[in-house]
Amino acid sequence: MQDTQDLKRVVIEPVTRVEGHGKVTILLDEQNKVKQARLHIVEFRGFERFIQGRPYWEAPVLVQRLCGICPVSHHLAAAKAMDLIVGVDKLTPTAEKMRRLMHYGQMFQSHSLHFFHLASPDLLFGFGADVAIRNVIGVAEKHKDLAVQGVMMRKYGQEIIKATAGKKIHGTGAIPGGINKNLSIEERDSFLKDIEQMREWSRGALKIAKDYTVENLEQVAPFGSFDSNHLSLVREDGAMDLYNGNLRAIDAQGEKIFDQVSPLKYLDYIAEDVRDWSYMKFPFIRSLGPENGWYRVGPLARVNACDFIDTPEAEEARKEFMAVTDGKPNNLTMAYHWARMIETLHSIEKIHELLEDTDLQGEDLVVRGERRPEGIGLLEAPRGTLFHHYRVDENDQVTMANLIVSTTSNNEPMNRAVTKVAMDHISGQPEITEGLLNHIEVAIRAYDPCLSCATHALGRMPLVVRMVDAEGNEVAKKST
Amino acid sequence: MSENTITFEIDGVEVQGAPGQTIMQAADAAGIYIPRLCAFEGLPPYGSCRVCTVKVNGRFQSACTQPIAEGVIVENDTEELLEFRRNLVDMLFVEGNHFCMFCEKSGNCELQALAYRLGITAPKYPYMFPADRNVDASHKDIFIDHNRCILCARCIRASQDLDGKNVFQFVGRGPEKRIAVNARARLVDTDLDVTDRAVDVCPVGAILRKHVGYATPVGERKYDSAPIGSDIEAHKQ
Repeated sequence: MQDTQDLKRVVIEPVTRVEGHGKVTILLDEQNKVKQARLHIVEFRGFERFIQGRPYWEAPVLVQRLCGICPVSHHLAAAKAMDLIVGVDKLTPTAEKMRRLMHYGQMFQSHSLHFFHLASPDLLFGFGADVAIRNVIGVAEKHKDLAVQGVMMRKYGQEIIKATAGKKIHGTGAIPGGINKNLSIEERDSFLKDIEQMREWSRGALKIAKDYTVENLEQVAPFGSFDSNHLSLVREDGAMDLYNGNLRAIDAQGEKIFDQVSPLKYLDYIAEDVRDWSYMKFPFIRSLGPENGWYRVGPLARVNACDFIDTPEAEEARKEFMAVTDGKPNNLTMAYHWARMIETLHSIEKIHELLEDTDLQGEDLVVRGERRPEGIGLLEAPRGTLFHHYRVDENDQVTMANLIVSTTSNNEPMNRAVTKVAMDHISGQPEITEGLLNHIEVAIRAYDPCLSCATHALGRMPLVVRMVDAEGNEVAKKST
Repeated sequence: MSENTITFEIDGVEVQGAPGQTIMQAADAAGIYIPRLCAFEGLPPYGSCRVCTVKVNGRFQSACTQPIAEGVIVENDTEELLEFRRNLVDMLFVEGNHFCMFCEKSGNCELQALAYRLGITAPKYPYMFPADRNVDASHKDIFIDHNRCILCARCIRASQDLDGKNVFQFVGRGPEKRIAVNARARLVDTDLDVTDRAVDVCPVGAILRKHVGYATPVGERKYDSAPIGSDIEAHKQ
């Protein structure tokens, strides 16, 4: 083990403009050379334990309380698992499409929130810009149109969630075997009224993300980047499918590690490693082991892994994206933003498609089958593949829950990104400025991590950066 | 005026009732809502929760047990009484484990609805977080979540008086007091049936039918559109 006793320690705590609470520690030697950099997730909540003993039908409503940003992901993943528990393999068209509408609504609002409010200050003003400007207020002052678009796009997604789940945050719409409401004509028309505007703004956001990446490729390409495996759900025909599908893993060159693996068999392919310095686990592909089996999830992995996108504008955008790397997987950390905006456009195209579908006004909402003891539900959450796995006893009480959330899968990649940026940008610098430290956060933000979900934690977000020497004495402190 | 009519006053409003009626019954008929938790139409008065406490000629009485009398002055909707009721409801919340955010009774729960009506946004007393409350899900159709029981005894009375059974009883005293079934047996060992009235009288999410969960969407639940007591006030004379 590396001796860290005599090293200087720089701490970023908490990391800002991400969901949840984490910190970064960077260990420096006497010449300010980086010896080690780590992202720690410092809180723990333990929903897998809370749910034990509760009736199974509570799971979709209880477990979504992990988070207020994309609770719909947990709501739907748990509901999918509970579909199996109540013996249902296929929902009614109305139930399936209502759930999909809910999910695309969430994808749209979550990606919009992240791009416009969390990530855009770095992209618009520069990683090392004055922190007084490099924030959402700065965006509102200098780029008012973008700030307004961000708010309105998020609102649109949130309203779709309300119309499908009953509430904008922590609704109850998805129930075991189906959904508890359909979409009224009035609700449908209120969304159709604004759909073209939302599509237009999504195209605009995609252009910003694409242009930023292409125009700054020299700076962006090496920034926190590294080759990795990629994992996501894909449809049986290889299309991107955010709500349902089978698992596909590819390596950094695009070779398939496994493909069309049923979610029910995830444990045969994915395992989790535990390390003593983080509450977050480290998932890996079993056949490759913990050293080489780590992988990325989320927008970048999904766009890399799928064969095509089944909506025309997003498919065009995917082709442009893949052309940058000659059709091979794109392994650039900062390309997450571009991929995320491709998915935003895909989501609004899907929403439009669904709103035109009269199945949403159907009355057949729930089906039931023969009770089963075990249920597994996977979907693609905004931040990546989400796994929910439950066992339920004969009294209908949950006895086991296992959740692998997206950010957990991105744990190793985020740590790699942090290390790479620390080595490239901080190592050897005579003074460690706030702007330099923000480079670390920029790399973390690309993954849009939800640290609350990943450890089931809840934290506050003020930035405190402390530099302490090897004896623990504080030598510098910066805060916002 | 008939000799079978009793006239009295609630908050300055003249109310008439029949001999033998309680203050609550007469108030309900007159469209005046007196908050309550243990009282339930069709069950004998019990007077345990004290949420319906009113002042009768200046003295505290429970409206669900106190018979009406000619000429008495009843105070109901006063800040003093509302504050007492807030404290009572508040204590019920902190004494149990009432997690409205994922409780399937949310929106249909009388305790929650009463808290909203009384303007309680968060308890002022410290949560007790009792760790000894369990879930009895042994029955195939019904389950009890003791975390949410407020000891109103509606289930005890409904089982005895309406179902002709004796499924539920109290055991223990003081803070140890609990609802039990057939002296601490499991629900599956009782003769409780899914059609029993006792299953439907629970004001909170303690006794529930299984597999129903969140079938009613948000917006269509009992108290989503109008506060508790609105049904009584709707037929105000």
